Amino acid sequence: MSETKEAASAVIRFRDVARRYVMGDQVVNALDGVGLDIARNEYVAIVGASGSGKSTMMNIIGCLDRPTEGSYVLDGEDVGHMSELKLARVRNREIGFVFQSFNLLPRADALKNVMQPLVYRGMRLSERRALAERALQRVGLGDRIDHLPNQLSGGQRQRVAIARALVGQPAILLADEPTGNLDSRTTQEIMELFDELHDEGQTIIMVTHEPDIAAHCERVIRLEDGRVAEDQRQHKRRALENQH
Amino acid sequence: MFMLWESVRSALASIRAHGFRSILTSLGIIIGVMSVIAVVSIVQGLSATVNAQFEGLGSNTLTVRSYTPFKKALQGQYARLSNEDMELIRRRIDGISHITPILYSQSGAQGRIAYRSQESFSQVFGVGPDWMEVNSSFPETGRALAREDDQRRRLVCLIGTEVIKNLELPDEPIGEYFRVNNDWCRIIGVMEQRGELFGFSQDDYVMMPYGTARRMQGSSRDLDIQVQLLVEDMERQDEVIARIRRLLRQEHGLKAGDADDFRIQTSEQLTESFNAIISTITAAVVGIVGVSLVVGGIGIMNIMLVSVTERTREIGILKALGATRRDILLQFLIEAVMLCLVGGLIGIALGYAVGALAATLLPGFPPAYVPGWAILLSFGFSAGVGVIFGIIPAAKASQLDPIDALRYE
Ligand SMILES: Nc1ncnc2c1ncn2[C@@H]1O[C@H](COP(=O)(O)OP(=O)(O)OP(=O)(O)O)[C@@H](O)[C@H]1O
Ligand SMILES: [Mg+2]
Repeated sequence: MSETKEAASAVIRFRDVARRYVMGDQVVNALDGVGLDIARNEYVAIVGASGSGKSTMMNIIGCLDRPTEGSYVLDGEDVGHMSELKLARVRNREIGFVFQSFNLLPRADALKNVMQPLVYRGMRLSERRALAERALQRVGLGDRIDHLPNQLSGGQRQRVAIARALVGQPAILLADEPTGNLDSRTTQEIMELFDELHDEGQTIIMVTHEPDIAAHCERVIRLEDGRVAEDQRQHKRRALENQH
Repeated sequence: MFMLWESVRSALASIRAHGFRSILTSLGIIIGVMSVIAVVSIVQGLSATVNAQFEGLGSNTLTVRSYTPFKKALQGQYARLSNEDMELIRRRIDGISHITPILYSQSGAQGRIAYRSQESFSQVFGVGPDWMEVNSSFPETGRALAREDDQRRRLVCLIGTEVIKNLELPDEPIGEYFRVNNDWCRIIGVMEQRGELFGFSQDDYVMMPYGTARRMQGSSRDLDIQVQLLVEDMERQDEVIARIRRLLRQEHGLKAGDADDFRIQTSEQLTESFNAIISTITAAVVGIVGVSLVVGGIGIMNIMLVSVTERTREIGILKALGATRRDILLQFLIEAVMLCLVGGLIGIALGYAVGALAATLLPGFPPAYVPGWAILLSFGFSAGVGVIFGIIPAAKASQLDPIDALRYE
């Protein structure tokens, strides 16, 4: 694939993106000149040492944060020029975010959690319910829809969070250490779910510390001190198995 | 509109989730609205009853009574309105269709009445034959007082219905004799029932001819009477008042600069002064309640601010899911307004209950009545308090940065 063709089809395009925090007279370069293209249906792992800027980058991709310098073009639109309202709309429609600490609404049951993003689309309750139920079934929680987050296991909570991220059919699924709080067996289950989603055509970007999870992905980007130190493409293990 | 409805839904869920705290939060509103509704319901009930009572007095009725300023009363100099004063008014002033003296017991004590073994006390007073016309109150059975009764000082009387009950008179008491103080008096008629006012019967009275009453009072010279009269032509009422005033001042030997030692009141003034009292009470209560609503509002603002801090992370999550600033603002604002409205609703119910309870516990008290405007006002005020005191916490919530909010521990 030629460089230009890839850039043209990129859904995410970073050009010299920097994110600086000013702490008194000290400047922290959380991101320091990142250039990056990510195309549709890619399965990307972002790795790097703690404090290397992974979360900062995810937050910018997810439009929760904006670059201090450089440009971030999402699906052909420059995020730097978007209004507050437009950003909220992009977060609602284009992005599905999964967090390490689940971030479920504590007083809402699984179904209400999953329905919440659809509220901001002006969707009627019956429609919201139908979509949310389907999303929960998709992650294997069809029988837990009326459970509150504190009545669910860690793995189940993360499934609810994934269902919530997916229910609006976002262009990009972002996951910042989605398995960081889970044991190895549950991690395995979540990764199988991600693999399936990717097979169905979902674009996935994931931050991880674990090498074998990174090895799951088609592309691994390594950050060091806010810069891209390595950008490596590989064939997904399972995809390889399927080809044989 | 859609977001408004969604916000109402989520606000109600949140209020329910914090049931007890929500009640405590809106306690200020509950108490404020409760007191306004309770007081308004009682005052309105009273006012409706009193106005009905005053309707008996035609608008062209004048009442003249003596008036002793407090300073003079301390010196023991009491003003009087005498029989001669009345006669003067009757003879000298034109434009009066009916005029009657009213002579109450000078000591203010009630008269002792007795029939067979029954004894009781009652308001005993003497009136002229015109009294019925002036007060548009007539005998239900029997006959009215006649001029003859007055001139001959007959020992006859008209009684209110309550007297029949108190003395256990026969159902048809006309022609019966009973004792009034030390005289035997024949019943010639029973007056129309007037009902109760402030729990007091308006039908416990014995009415006798003015002449008879004067004779029974003994020393006739110093008697202080009241005069009630009907003005023929409403248009000339002010003129009649002015002329009576001039006449009485002259007759009482008042010099220019001396204050009147009498009062001339129209029935309208009576109603007005009563309604003025009612309005003052209502205004005072509304003022107090206004203060308590502000206090309640501050309570709500305080809790909402705490709630925003408490739910910072939740706000971050909602923003990550695509909530706009407006969505968050609306959600918290509606939550404050709903808290106030729920408080207002509880307050209205409790206030009505208190008013109804007061009305039943106090004997003869008019039934509580809550006018629609009081309910609307309470609701409007509650909502207003919610908006005013909810806007700061809501704005604070909506301005949160999503990343900071998500990172909040
Ligand atoms: N709000 C902030 N204010 C100041 N500095 C910040 C802020 N957020 C992040 N940083 C700094 O930016 C750098 C990158 O942080 P980031 O959270 O992106 O790291 P990370 O790669 O996700 O680390 P980890 O693996 O521990 O999650 C860090 O040095 C951090 O201290
Ligand atoms: Mg991180």
